[in-house]
Amino acid sequence: MAQYTLQINGQKLQADVEPDTPLLWVLRDHLGLVGTKYGCGIAQCGACTVHLNDQATRSCVLPVSAVGTSKITTIEGLSKDGDHPVQQAWDEVDVPQCGYCQSGQIMTAAALLKRTPKPNEKEIENAMNGNLCRCGTYHRIHEAVKVAATKTN
Amino acid sequence: MSIVPHTNRRDFLKLAAASGGGLLIGFNWTNAQAQPAVLDATSAEALAASIEFNSYLSISPQGVVTIFSPNPEVGQGIKTAFPIVVAEELDVDWKQVKVAQAPLDTVKFQRQVAGGSGSIPHSWKRLRQAGATTRQLFINTAAKRWGVDATACTTNSGTVIHTASGKKLTYGELAEEASKMPTPTDVPLKDPKDFKLIGSTIRNVDNKEIITGKPLFGVDFYRDGMLFAVIKRPEAFGLKLKSVDAVAAKAMPGIVDVVTFDNSVAVLGKSTWQVLKAREALKVTYEKEAALESTADHDRIFDELLNGSTATVRRQDGDVEAAFKNAAKVIKSEYQCPFLPHSPMEPMNFFAHVRPDGAELIGPTQTPERARGDAAKFLNLPQEKITVEMTRMGGGFGRRLATDFVMEAVKVSALAKAPVKVMWTREDDMTGGDYRPAVKYRFEAALDAEGTMIGYKLRGAGINAGNPTREHNFPSGTVANLLIDSAEHKSPITTGPWRAPITNFLAYAEQAFLDEVATAAGKDPIAFRLDLLEKAKKSPVGDVKYDIDRMIAVTKLAAEKANWGKAKTADGKAVAQGFSLYYSHLSYVAQIGEVTMKNGKPELTKIIAAVDCGIVINQSGARQQVMGGVVDGIGHAMYGNLSFKDGAPEQANFNTYKMIRMANVPAVEVHFVDNGIEPTGLGEPALPPTGGAVANAIFKATGKRLYKQPFVEQDVLKGLS
Ligand code: FES
Ligand code: FES
Repeated sequence: MAQYTLQINGQKLQADVEPDTPLLWVLRDHLGLVGTKYGCGIAQCGACTVHLNDQATRSCVLPVSAVGTSKITTIEGLSKDGDHPVQQAWDEVDVPQCGYCQSGQIMTAAALLKRTPKPNEKEIENAMNGNLCRCGTYHRIHEAVKVAATKTN
Repeated sequence: MSIVPHTNRRDFLKLAAASGGGLLIGFNWTNAQAQPAVLDATSAEALAASIEFNSYLSISPQGVVTIFSPNPEVGQGIKTAFPIVVAEELDVDWKQVKVAQAPLDTVKFQRQVAGGSGSIPHSWKRLRQAGATTRQLFINTAAKRWGVDATACTTNSGTVIHTASGKKLTYGELAEEASKMPTPTDVPLKDPKDFKLIGSTIRNVDNKEIITGKPLFGVDFYRDGMLFAVIKRPEAFGLKLKSVDAVAAKAMPGIVDVVTFDNSVAVLGKSTWQVLKAREALKVTYEKEAALESTADHDRIFDELLNGSTATVRRQDGDVEAAFKNAAKVIKSEYQCPFLPHSPMEPMNFFAHVRPDGAELIGPTQTPERARGDAAKFLNLPQEKITVEMTRMGGGFGRRLATDFVMEAVKVSALAKAPVKVMWTREDDMTGGDYRPAVKYRFEAALDAEGTMIGYKLRGAGINAGNPTREHNFPSGTVANLLIDSAEHKSPITTGPWRAPITNFLAYAEQAFLDEVATAAGKDPIAFRLDLLEKAKKSPVGDVKYDIDRMIAVTKLAAEKANWGKAKTADGKAVAQGFSLYYSHLSYVAQIGEVTMKNGKPELTKIIAAVDCGIVINQSGARQQVMGGVVDGIGHAMYGNLSFKDGAPEQANFNTYKMIRMANVPAVEVHFVDNGIEPTGLGEPALPPTGGAVANAIFKATGKRLYKQPFVEQDVLKGLS
């Protein structure tokens, strides 16, 4: 076991875990941040997506020991009141079905828009293609990314 | 059945009571004629007497309406749709409504299942009566206070209005007085043309929680002191546990216990990662208990079953032998579909706390009642000692109708004498059984000289599929001479219902075969089907268990919307279209797939769906279900494949088991038939026709038939992904 001080959602949070523990399980089991989901554990589904220094990152394959002083943002920290443009768009377009994949989808979309504020169809598809949605909400995800892009300047 | 004293119910009652002198109304949802009783929520009698009712609706003096949604929410949108129906008849603003998930209480709610697209048909009338009766109660209360006739009053958005004087009182203001009024009976329901909420576009009631990452799902349930558990199960179907050496695993950090039950070894500890690592350190041996089957064995078994002389006859009309003897042309084809895992994005998991005097179960289940029953039986406890709390489910697709994962948690908790959450990894989930069964069908059709189908034969061969046919579905009822039978192989590989059970593959096979028959008859695929249906309308053959007019209506709507046979691409090229039509779970769906050739390969560009599910309750939710069903239908027909080697699945995670992604999805257009008929479910019916629409469109584009799923592994599509 080792002590880690992590910069998460603008706070310093401590976790006493083994170095190889994936960030995903540190968030969920140790820090109570359960918005980040487990879906595959092998970087195939995107349910566990968080931002690491603003980059969309798969937390299921990122050992906590590799995080260092990087700034982590989880779905809980994306906005204070749940009103990030992407979150607003997700509600307006009524994207969620079961909802399980959606925090990962939202984090991927938010990172895309940070990097590319006005993505074209292909850029949306490329960015979102790594996130699985078993309920098949892809059309609305695509639409919501476009709506979110109109909300960010 | 006896009454279940839920700890949770008390919480719910407290919640209702906490609305402060509010009104707590219990509805008997089980009777068509509801006998609601009204009680002061804060009174002891309300708490004690509440057991007699089946549902709750509370209204606070501030006018907040809390509607309890009794059915498990698995992504089908029931938690939004049910309250819409209540609120419609109650005549309140949607903004005034709060929705809460009710715990398991089958005395109150009777049917608390998410499956078979059955929730809406079951509850439509009950929900409306619940709302309408309460609305009338408020009218009666206000009329009494004003000393006017109730018929002189009306309501609008949670307010009773005396039309002549313009006097107004809100439901909130009336709540306490209403609770002492007698319950009206035989309250008329709204004329559907006056619906304001039903048929409008309403967003998922849990959106806010979902998009901010709130704990909603089973996996999100944590409790102080609970242990985390993962289970090692045999890697192949047909193996039995022989020995366990847990010494190394137990010595690993954070590990609290290792327990063995049935064929399973559970590792319990302080965190998910620790138990996952310790599971790797278990030394477990197995022995063979039954045949270790491979996909190659199944292929051989299918042929034996299809050619065998023993089969169960499911339906027989006319004289099939004679029809085939006299046929001008006979068409014969075989279609095959593999096993599939359900793959909900949230893998199986459950929390159980078994105590000597009872048990608490919390987690994602489509059948909370079955879970409680199984637990009660195993623990030898009365049902009322077991509580079940339903969490939102990260998908189910039928997997959560089973209770194996609930019972694992119960057993592990009982053995370890601790509160436990059992977590499945994706690999556990995909290799853990309960699959969609694998099937193979043989179809034969006899045509007379005019191209009329005079004979039809179908044999379904399934592996643990039960009856892999739906013998009364179309074209049954339209063919004079027909024989449908089935044969089954019992395998150690476990199977279970998978979204639109049986029809999720049968519809593809039937609709692709009918396309072949139409082509052989030299007829347009839609004209061919309409012809059969029109004839059956005049002279049906045997039982017809679907509504022929509704079949015809969705067919025509799809053809019209897709511009059938005339559609062109933007640059003027012909679009290859394929048609499919299916009736399942009481809803009617026709689909047209569109394919264009790109670099010599067929590309699916669009699916047009025409849907008759009766009245559409929520435009947003209904569209979502259809689009999701179509995407699911394409994805699994195109890519889904779980193959076996020596009893073990060859795919275990999404790196080797391909699921549909955004880049694979064509445009999807949804059109509803507007016929005002009572609503039916939508969680399943949109999926079955999709595979056929895709296969038939690809045939139209390439001249090649797809006889097997997954389509991408067939020659015409090889290399596409
Ligand atoms: S859980 Fe990390 S990508 Fe699937
Ligand atoms: S909404 Fe259910 S998995 Fe995406």
